[in-house]
Amino acid sequence: MKAKHQRMTLVVLALIAIIGAGLIATWALRNQANYFYLPEQMAAEPPAVGQAVRLGGMVQQGSIETQADGVTVNFVVTGNENSTVPVTYSGILPDLFVEGSGVVAEGHLQADGTFLATNLLAKHDENYVPRELEGMEGHKDNSDYIETVAGNP
Amino acid sequence: MIAEIGLAALWLSAALAVLQMVSGAFGLRADGAQMAAYARPAAVVQAFLAVLAFCMLLWAFAITDLSIKLVATNSHSMKPLIFKLAGTWGNHEGSMLLWVTVLAFSGGLIALLERRLPEKTMSATLGVQGFVALGFYAFLLLSSNPFERLPVPAVEGSGLNPLLQDIGLAFHPPTLYIGYVGISVAFSLAMGALITRQVTPDFAKVMRPWVLGAWVFLTLGITAGSYWAYYELGWGGWWFWDPVENASLMPWLAATALLHSVSVLAARDALRTWTIMLGVLAFSMSMLGTFLVRSGVLTSVHAFAVDPERGTFILGLLGLYIGGSLLIFALRAGSIAEGKRFTATSREGALVFNNVMLSAILAIVLLGTLYPLLTEAFDVRVSVGPPYFNPAGAIFAIPMLIVMAIGPLLRWKSDKPARIQLELSILAAIVIAVVALVAFLGDYSILPILGLALAVALGVAAFLPLRGRNLMRLPLATWGMVVAHFGIAVALFGMASESAFTSEKLAAMAPGDSTEVAGWNVELLGVEPVAGPNWTAMEGRIAVARGDEAPTIIGPQARNFWSPPQPTSESTLVTRLDGQLYVVIGDQAGFDENGAARWQVRVWWKPFVTFIWYGGLLVSLGGVMAIIGRLLADLRRRRAKTKGDERREDVAALSDEAMPEPAE
Repeated sequence: MKAKHQRMTLVVLALIAIIGAGLIATWALRNQANYFYLPEQMAAEPPAVGQAVRLGGMVQQGSIETQADGVTVNFVVTGNENSTVPVTYSGILPDLFVEGSGVVAEGHLQADGTFLATNLLAKHDENYVPRELEGMEGHKDNSDYIETVAGNP
Repeated sequence: MIAEIGLAALWLSAALAVLQMVSGAFGLRADGAQMAAYARPAAVVQAFLAVLAFCMLLWAFAITDLSIKLVATNSHSMKPLIFKLAGTWGNHEGSMLLWVTVLAFSGGLIALLERRLPEKTMSATLGVQGFVALGFYAFLLLSSNPFERLPVPAVEGSGLNPLLQDIGLAFHPPTLYIGYVGISVAFSLAMGALITRQVTPDFAKVMRPWVLGAWVFLTLGITAGSYWAYYELGWGGWWFWDPVENASLMPWLAATALLHSVSVLAARDALRTWTIMLGVLAFSMSMLGTFLVRSGVLTSVHAFAVDPERGTFILGLLGLYIGGSLLIFALRAGSIAEGKRFTATSREGALVFNNVMLSAILAIVLLGTLYPLLTEAFDVRVSVGPPYFNPAGAIFAIPMLIVMAIGPLLRWKSDKPARIQLELSILAAIVIAVVALVAFLGDYSILPILGLALAVALGVAAFLPLRGRNLMRLPLATWGMVVAHFGIAVALFGMASESAFTSEKLAAMAPGDSTEVAGWNVELLGVEPVAGPNWTAMEGRIAVARGDEAPTIIGPQARNFWSPPQPTSESTLVTRLDGQLYVVIGDQAGFDENGAARWQVRVWWKPFVTFIWYGGLLVSLGGVMAIIGRLLADLRRRRAKTKGDERREDVAALSDEAMPEPAE
């Protein structure tokens, strides 16, 4: 190899690998683009049965029903429009999971049209909202919280 | 008074950073030696003042001085003292102050201790370090002053996020910050060497302990953060591909690549520009991490404040540092001569391959982390999770792990694969045997199976470089490599085993009921209310026993903190050598047929899950051994040099008296 040759080879190989990684990432992310669904999207173009997706929306008032086994919960997620998706979840409910509040359900759609959730993400605490749910309800953010404290004599 | 002393110290250190930067720049001029002499003292005094400012804030939190806004919004007088202290960095301003303090401290350290570099390179390094520090002082003082007073002191503080009220907070952020900031020193050194065109093995030897140190702390910080999330969040997961986790993983990947490349530069004088580039990359990633976590772009427990002004400020700093360093790199890289050559099948070749693989994984993680932020700009909401990261990362991680097993067996410069045929066939046999065995035992997905097989092969391969060598005379740094590589194998084994073999049980149980999971018998004895200093809880008394052993009584809690009001669940773990039993108690779930209240109980048996963190600790231990080994060798060399110099002087003195020439 000539003097400048090896360095060039290295640079080219590194570039190929990095560009390869970029292409794989872009391709994989494209396939993931539908990963998050709102109820109206799920009604309009449902994902394939069994495909792992996330469903985000509000828990409909009065829809939470605990089944006889004590651990399975059925509820309905609504979106901005009137579309609704029934959800089944077995597990311990997140600490801030209540009716009328936002939720992100991870899981997949079943053949009967119910969404089987394997994990529920609710508000983590008063200030932390799953990113997908921002703007869906009037979340109190940190700033007026701080102001309340600051103005408190 | 406390706040004022702290603020004054902070302003003074900012002024000293300016002095350090200017005098460092003067050091580059031929006639600047007089000015350049100020750089080192400026760095040392600055370190002292920044530590003083940080201590003042610690003190304010310790005594809960509610006239300081930061204390009032983030602390509470009823909190246990350890969480008051740890709460100092459990918020935006305090954690930025910690960041700056560590930066100033390490700057002071390098100014005080480092004597091997040429004076000009040292001046440039200190100048760059001062420039980096100045940006963060400006950020603190102009947009997030930790010492701001309230016009009227608050009656009571509003408390700390309960998720953060845990011993993990005392360790996780400081270790991670030391790691982030240690990389900034490596970056300053790389810039100094680049500006003065001194990219030499000597420079690499100076840089190596800093990179190693930063990398050890990053490893510890990530390991601790993962374990903390595992037991505190009560979901039983140990890695969520959360953007904030990725923000700490990306600098680690870059630092790992840098660590190996700087070793090649020190030992073989190859990969000169590559090392500098990785230094820039590692620092850019730690800046990006700070930006992601601190700007409020992401919402999570880590993003304490949402303030667009701060985000813009950090983004500006990010652009300035990364852009500036890339510009200097572009201008100077051409003038750095190519280092020593090597063939593809040599240890350098393997290291370069893995450097590239690490960079590719970094690209995968980076794109996956930024993609949701990008789509959001077009008002499309996307979540990127394990279905993306796991397979896309594995495409590059698997070749990397294979080469990682083989690389240390190869010789420097050039080698024939035929020489290590035996080792290669042993490793291949292990991989095939494990894959066959696991596939025979049950139906598991492909990645965990490959993970297990590679983990076993890598565990064996880690010790193969010791074959045929005198173990007593092996340098400590080589032992460090063996231990760190073995640690990766151990951690990988834990990850693969956890994802393949975890069993889980969820049940609604009334007192007296029992359930079974993976050979464990779990019996709910009762549920009682308990209270702590700033919380109340329902605590389940649960007896767990495996096989015929005596039952262990555990008490998982569903806690309610009252300031700020928030429920959390406190899991309990029963650790055995071959795994962990993870128990969480949930809500009350109606009544059974006898009218007794039922409670939700969730139990996981996670075989070998603890190996993940043992592995992380081993990796850090390997790093520490390498640092100690290098420092000892350096001390020995210095002592030998002094002795040699003395002897030569003696000889010179004696030769005046016409003694015969010594054999040396």
